[in-house]
Amino acid sequence: MENVSLVQMKPGEQGTIVAIQGGYGSRRRAESLGIRVGVSIKKISAQFMRGPIIVQVGNTTIALGFGIAQKIIVEKRQR
Amino acid sequence: MKKILLIGNPNVGKSVIFSRLTGVHVIASNYPGTTVEFTKGYMRIEGEKAEVIDVPGAYTLEPSSKAEQVAVDMLENAAEEDGNIFVNIVDATNLERNLGLTLQLIRRRIPLIVCLNFWDETKHTGIHIDADKLEKIFTVPVIPTCGITGEGIKNLVSRLSEAKVSTFQYEDKERWSEIGRIVDTVQKLTHRHHTFLERLGDASIHPITGIPIAIIVLFLAFKIVRLIGESLIGYILEPLFENLWAPLMMKLSAVLGSSGFIHDVLIGKLIEGKIAFVESMGVLTTGLFVPFAMVLPYIVAFYLVLSFLEDSGYLPRLGVLLDTLMHKLGIHGLAIIPMLLGIGCNVPGALATRVLETKRERFIAATLMAIAIPCMAQIAMVFGLVGQYGANGLGIVFGTLFIVWIILGLLLNLVLKGESPEIFAEIPPYRLPYFPALVKKLWMRTFGFLKDAVPYVLLGVLIVNILYALRIIEFIGRLAAPVVTGILGLPEEAVGALVIGFLRKDVAVGMLVPLGLTMHQMIVASVVLTMYFPCIATFVILSALTVGGILNLVL
Repeated sequence: MENVSLVQMKPGEQGTIVAIQGGYGSRRRAESLGIRVGVSIKKISAQFMRGPIIVQVGNTTIALGFGIAQKIIVEKRQR
Repeated sequence: MKKILLIGNPNVGKSVIFSRLTGVHVIASNYPGTTVEFTKGYMRIEGEKAEVIDVPGAYTLEPSSKAEQVAVDMLENAAEEDGNIFVNIVDATNLERNLGLTLQLIRRRIPLIVCLNFWDETKHTGIHIDADKLEKIFTVPVIPTCGITGEGIKNLVSRLSEAKVSTFQYEDKERWSEIGRIVDTVQKLTHRHHTFLERLGDASIHPITGIPIAIIVLFLAFKIVRLIGESLIGYILEPLFENLWAPLMMKLSAVLGSSGFIHDVLIGKLIEGKIAFVESMGVLTTGLFVPFAMVLPYIVAFYLVLSFLEDSGYLPRLGVLLDTLMHKLGIHGLAIIPMLLGIGCNVPGALATRVLETKRERFIAATLMAIAIPCMAQIAMVFGLVGQYGANGLGIVFGTLFIVWIILGLLLNLVLKGESPEIFAEIPPYRLPYFPALVKKLWMRTFGFLKDAVPYVLLGVLIVNILYALRIIEFIGRLAAPVVTGILGLPEEAVGALVIGFLRKDVAVGMLVPLGLTMHQMIVASVVLTMYFPCIATFVILSALTVGGILNLVL
């Protein structure tokens, strides 16, 4: 088992969110979009030059900025 | 009066259901945040008139954005009065996330109805939801609907009066695990293969495939707009004006004696004994020809393509691809949506900047649009005039504006204090636009243009005549000669276009025609007309937004 941030994950990889760092505001915002500890998440893609990261949570596709993505820690699922 | 509030997450189709219930047509699109301020309409339930309110989308009742704050305030005000009904609209394809808000609503102990919208989509995405079971759990009516086709709306209307306070109870700390249990009980997923739209969805957001796709989409959009616009003009509107309207106007011209002030105001100057629709400058000739035969075709073409892109769900993906670039200009990628709307008309574009989170972003986006984004009315005229020089002319005009857009953005980002927040938004699924809804939206926007623009165009042409008759334009022309002739290299008469450009850019571009400008001068004039000042309608909206913003800070 390996814990990485969303930024370090590779497109196509899946895992379970184990921690969301950062302030109360950003955690709450993440939660409202369905990004919570314990939830399964899949990285779809990453844009060039520290651009946004695209993930899928449940049936929702979400774009999040590089900075936010660094703060979301995922336990990678083995293939 | 009884109030019915439509509440739900962003982009769950509240506005479509609102239109269904009230018959009031509001713009709905496939991206979050189309409704920033609420819309009101009316309907009858059990013979009684009730007010229906389309509340801006909220993910949670613990607000984290301006739209959410508006939603919560409206909810709390309405909850204080007896007899109001709260309709929670839920995206059935995203049950778990949407129920977060539902449970918060239940906790408020308000008369509730739950709508499972996008019901049709659950069927082909392999989601099976037992609505009856959910109704038993929540003890309030749970109604599957499909707003866009109208399925289930009758059922919703007939059960509105059954709204009641839910007896469902849960610990707030346990909200999400409680939702997990509910979802497990009522929802079954069947395995299925990825659909074509989903594959396309992934491809268009991967940088390597996404950037070429974006270039192709934008190129095609541009080509289609021009093709439709030119065809409508060349095959329908110009022949109509030339063959039907011109003979009629020639008769009127003869009746009026072929000259004189009244003749010139109505018909304009005859050129070689004939009416030239662009140059004559009569209210009944140029005043009608410009909006109907030169601008309207492009407005229709542009809004058709834009509405298609909006409803398909492509625009937020384009926003993500452009995010890195746009951050350098101080706005995040999704600000591309107000910009694109601004190409149609700067007024709705300026209004759409309200979806951006911070004041700084809204200011940068509105400024960039007002200065460097020409509206379709003006673009149509530039197509008509500079288009004859082909890509050379058009390329320089739009290329210059694009460079100004970039440089101005870089400067504003440098000068203004603060940072632009990172993107953090839901990307809607691709949907095939529903044709009747598309046509309705196209009609609303086209009608909006006719209603708002045509009177200004007529007024503009009238003012041109008066200003010329009183020789005011000549006077201003002489005053402004150092700038207009000296710096810009345009003839003195071009100042008339700059004066009218305050009112309507399309009329202004039309006024350049009789001046016999060279391609070089035409390009300069087109660029200057875009940038020097927004048209009066945009200016009013921008002032209202700025003043409103300042008032918000003070009060």
